[in-house]
Amino acid sequence: MALDDQKSGFKFVGTRPERPDGLDKVTGRAKFGADVTATGMLHGAILRSPHAHARIVKIDTSKAEAHPDVKAVVTRADFSDKVEFKPGLAGEFWNVLENVMAGEKALYDGHALAAVAATSALAARDALKLIALEYEVLPHVTDVDKAMAPDAPVIREGAADYSVPKGLHPNVVRYHESGHGDVEAGFAEADLVVEDSFTTEATHQGYIEPHACLAQLGADGKGELWCSTQGHWIAQKTCAALLGIETAQLRVTASEIGGGFGGKTTVFIEPVALALSRKANRPVKIVMSRSEVFRSTGPTSSASMDIKIGMKKDGTITAAEGIFRLQGGAFPGAPGDMTAMCAFAPYDLTNVRQVGYDVMANRPKQAAYRAPGAPMGAFAVESVLDELCNQLGLDPLEVRLKNAAHGGSKASYGPTYDQIGLVKTLEEAKAHPHYSAPLKPGQGRGISCGFWFNHGGETSVSLALSEDGSAQLMVGTPDIGGSRASMALMAAEVLGIPYENIRVTIADTATLGYNDVSHGSRVTYASGLATIKAAKHAVEKLCERAAAKWGIPVDAVKWEDGCAVPSGPNAGDFDPRPLADITANMGATGGPISGHFEATPEGAGVSFGTHIVDAEVDPETGKTAITRYTVIQDAGKAIHPAYVEGQYQGGAAQGIGWALNEEYIYGEDGRLQNSIFLDYRIPVASDLPMIDTVIVEVPNPGHPFGVRGVGETGIVPPLAAIANAVSNAAGVRMRDLPMSPPRILAALKASDA
Amino acid sequence: MNYHSPASFAEASALAAASTGVTRFLAGGTDVLVQLRSDLVTPDLLIDIKKIDGVSKITRTDEGGWTLGVAVTGAEMSEHGELGRDWPGIVEAMDLIGSTQVQGRATLTGNLCNGSPAADSVPAMIAAGVTLTVTGPDGDRVVAVEDIPTGPGRTSLAKGEVISAVNIPPRGDNAGDAYLRFIPRTEMDIAVVGCGVSLRLEGDKIIEARVSLGAVAPTVLLVEDCAAAIVGTTLDEAALEALAAAASAACNPIDDKRGTIAFRTDVAGVLAKRAAKIAYARAKGENA
Amino acid sequence: MSKLHVSTKVNGDAVEFLCDPRETLLDCLRDKLNLTGAKEGCGTGDCGACSVTVDGRLVCSCLMLGVEAEGKEIATVEGMAEGEELHPLQKKFIEYAALQCGICTPGVLVAAKALLEKNPNPTEEETRYWLAGNLCRCTGYDKIIRAVMDTAADMREAS
Repeated sequence: MALDDQKSGFKFVGTRPERPDGLDKVTGRAKFGADVTATGMLHGAILRSPHAHARIVKIDTSKAEAHPDVKAVVTRADFSDKVEFKPGLAGEFWNVLENVMAGEKALYDGHALAAVAATSALAARDALKLIALEYEVLPHVTDVDKAMAPDAPVIREGAADYSVPKGLHPNVVRYHESGHGDVEAGFAEADLVVEDSFTTEATHQGYIEPHACLAQLGADGKGELWCSTQGHWIAQKTCAALLGIETAQLRVTASEIGGGFGGKTTVFIEPVALALSRKANRPVKIVMSRSEVFRSTGPTSSASMDIKIGMKKDGTITAAEGIFRLQGGAFPGAPGDMTAMCAFAPYDLTNVRQVGYDVMANRPKQAAYRAPGAPMGAFAVESVLDELCNQLGLDPLEVRLKNAAHGGSKASYGPTYDQIGLVKTLEEAKAHPHYSAPLKPGQGRGISCGFWFNHGGETSVSLALSEDGSAQLMVGTPDIGGSRASMALMAAEVLGIPYENIRVTIADTATLGYNDVSHGSRVTYASGLATIKAAKHAVEKLCERAAAKWGIPVDAVKWEDGCAVPSGPNAGDFDPRPLADITANMGATGGPISGHFEATPEGAGVSFGTHIVDAEVDPETGKTAITRYTVIQDAGKAIHPAYVEGQYQGGAAQGIGWALNEEYIYGEDGRLQNSIFLDYRIPVASDLPMIDTVIVEVPNPGHPFGVRGVGETGIVPPLAAIANAVSNAAGVRMRDLPMSPPRILAALKASDA
Repeated sequence: MNYHSPASFAEASALAAASTGVTRFLAGGTDVLVQLRSDLVTPDLLIDIKKIDGVSKITRTDEGGWTLGVAVTGAEMSEHGELGRDWPGIVEAMDLIGSTQVQGRATLTGNLCNGSPAADSVPAMIAAGVTLTVTGPDGDRVVAVEDIPTGPGRTSLAKGEVISAVNIPPRGDNAGDAYLRFIPRTEMDIAVVGCGVSLRLEGDKIIEARVSLGAVAPTVLLVEDCAAAIVGTTLDEAALEALAAAASAACNPIDDKRGTIAFRTDVAGVLAKRAAKIAYARAKGENA
Repeated sequence: MSKLHVSTKVNGDAVEFLCDPRETLLDCLRDKLNLTGAKEGCGTGDCGACSVTVDGRLVCSCLMLGVEAEGKEIATVEGMAEGEELHPLQKKFIEYAALQCGICTPGVLVAAKALLEKNPNPTEEETRYWLAGNLCRCTGYDKIIRAVMDTAADMREAS
């Protein structure tokens, strides 16, 4: 799509109307995953492994089955035996099945082993204690570097795919290498080369709504599933495969979703509830406890990384190299490849090389978390850049501007960038009063850039007009953060009818074509693009009706401000026909008017951001306070700016948590020690300052209105920006996240000594 | 689980004494319900003491001290102006526990009887010299707060014994108290280290002091060496350093998910100094 | 195990239910009274999504037993609006986009209402500390804090 085809001069897009689901959500009537019931409903509960790695010798469910309150018990035997194991991600259905119900081995603390359905939630919980388990406890490993070591226990033989070079431990299951130029030659040209190593701990998405679902499946193979998910079609497809039923026979409805951030892009309890329902022949509801969420659903990967960057005295980067090892639990999928590809993506580099490892360990299966893989790499790379700037006495923003990628740059991961907004974000950062504001003693400032690909994905949208001129818009991407408002704005823009006249529904799997998950920052981009195209499709039909009435060719009619009008003086002299005028008798002029669009749009448009952070460190306790925070990010075009700001602020806040206090803490026994919000410390209101935002708009050529996804990029820069701020405040380089007070205090003492 | 809400402490004590299984008293419930929910402890008998007369009262004693009913919540303590003027350290320590919501339920006695060495109100109560009235099958006895915890999750209360009142001594003149804790966030965490200080001055000189440390040993500690380090001084730099050294020396902590041995030992000294300065300023009648 | 009978008042309405003594007030509100506005985010009093008031006092309904509700007056998010008229906080939250996913919103609104009843003119710091027990993972709290403080200003002006 050429840029000059893009619309400008918007009437609705860029305004901040109230969201369509606002009233439901402030009155408590919005129905989230756990908020529905069915007649005859049972409650399910899942028995989970207390061991990090153990062979399941015997499961005896007879006592539970005999209890009068218990109506069904399931184990792995109650799922399809047709799901095939394949190496790497080729057998993802098998990986998911093995994760939602263990086969021969328990692979992590919290791994599901059996489940019951009983007449009440308490009865179900009590019944779990009646299941007798016999284990053979095996050696375990939870650390990424240790999991790659020659003596590490093998999680699963044969899980490595074709990409893994020979000679690596079987826990290394995927390998990525890319880059261009000659890094050795580049390092030789440098005035200074800095080489350093970094680690990040696993963090959880931390959505406030635990996973919840209500399932019904009959002996006829027909089922209904209500669940809190980022993508109900993937839930449909996966559950059907795991239960051995036909996809179309399972109708999945997405509830309102209480946060996901990538963590609700797969299934955990849904196939279990369906299996219990099939066995009990009654609806079954399962709601996870918070502890189950932490122990058994996707945290992000932990990482160990080595970075080497060469720089000239003038700030030019001569070469960059990174090795990224990501641990993603007891299954393939850790995004070492993504980390590698994103790490150097903000820079226009002549010589760059990156290697990514996907490593298995005895931890829960990692799930996507907001720009999966990218924040860790940015942390390591941008820390080394900061160190180079400090040692060479250069301004970190100027150095980033000097090396910034721009339209036409060859990206570190291969392609050549189209029009991109990185330079604009850096220029805005430089001009922002935050960057030149004086710092108090004990404070430090850090900046970082960040990159995320963004994603298109399979998308279907349908739009139906009503006789009174209102419109129903059906989209298939769950509304995680106000996307109904954005969709309605884009539809209003094309149709020319008021925003309030459009009702946006998240359609279930039986009423709309396939839609990928709400991930990859794709909703406003892809469902938005499809909404625009579906609305245009309806407009074509509206123009046809007007043309027929006027007796002129359809190409002599155009759509303006919600009316069909003759395209010019030669087309004839007719009064404009408003949309509602045409729909009023559409039944008699050719039938209902609808528009739809189905495609896999490919022009998602990459996104960049630059963050500025001030941090203050208490030298006596190592405690950090974030005192000022500014997010500058390219949105392409902000459809509903308030929700774009919200994405920027939310990404920054999650990044602050990851940088300072959030972490998965495993004991020597391989058990997760902090599976409640008391000890898994996400930022609370009093931890944070206001988070200032600057929306940069460099239109994405791949979207009719210029939209780029905004959801994920916002979590890429914070880890590094905060680490740089803390390191500058404390006078000591922090290489390991989280930068908890004990770590900072220990680093301060070590540097004093 | 059986639930009872007796009308008197004698009845509560008798119920507990007669119980054969696990018994818990329910005051604010902010620990009991968490343990119940997570299947850690499901009592056979739960005795709700909130329906006993007077348990929500804060009363000035004839001697000028205070008697607090065992169901008085943190929020009620914070809202009580006079109590906070007398004993700001105790009130602030209680107020640090959990959220506004938790403050609406949590109690001093619950915090104490949960037996956590990291309980925020306990170091403040010990520093202040708070005692408890304990009702048991043989009648009432009075016990110092520091004699209640015996280890993580354990107390010296015998079967059938229930705390029936909290007795806070008269504040007296030229005195002040303070409690500080270290947590990684600004709210909602369990103390990694806590320190309570109560002292009295004659002129600029400290003539009495009690210093107590939380989360650095299996129980909250009353550290006499800390008191000795500052009594007789004007809390000058040397006294503060001696205080910090004594506090660090008293620590016998563990490495766990909340902090390391080295961190707790260092920060105990830092907090002791900071809390002592606040208590000293309060004793001088300065705002702190 | 026999169930206990509880009579209480929720949002001004007299209600009765039978509950297991282990069931929390939150369980009873959601499962017995079909008031699903209060959410269980943690079950340990750490997230505030289940916030309600009991006799005017802000509490986590997951940290109180159903049986303890006997004779009390409970207020939930469902009772915040008066008929069609939303509470000023509810209006401001929509206007300011102070919610993204909306799961924490009922608890935040109940807690914020309790704040403004106690302190009609809170500082930013007071607002942040009052709401520290209401976790929000989407917004970074910025728009929530602004919405609460600006509602307070509006209400002061109106009174």
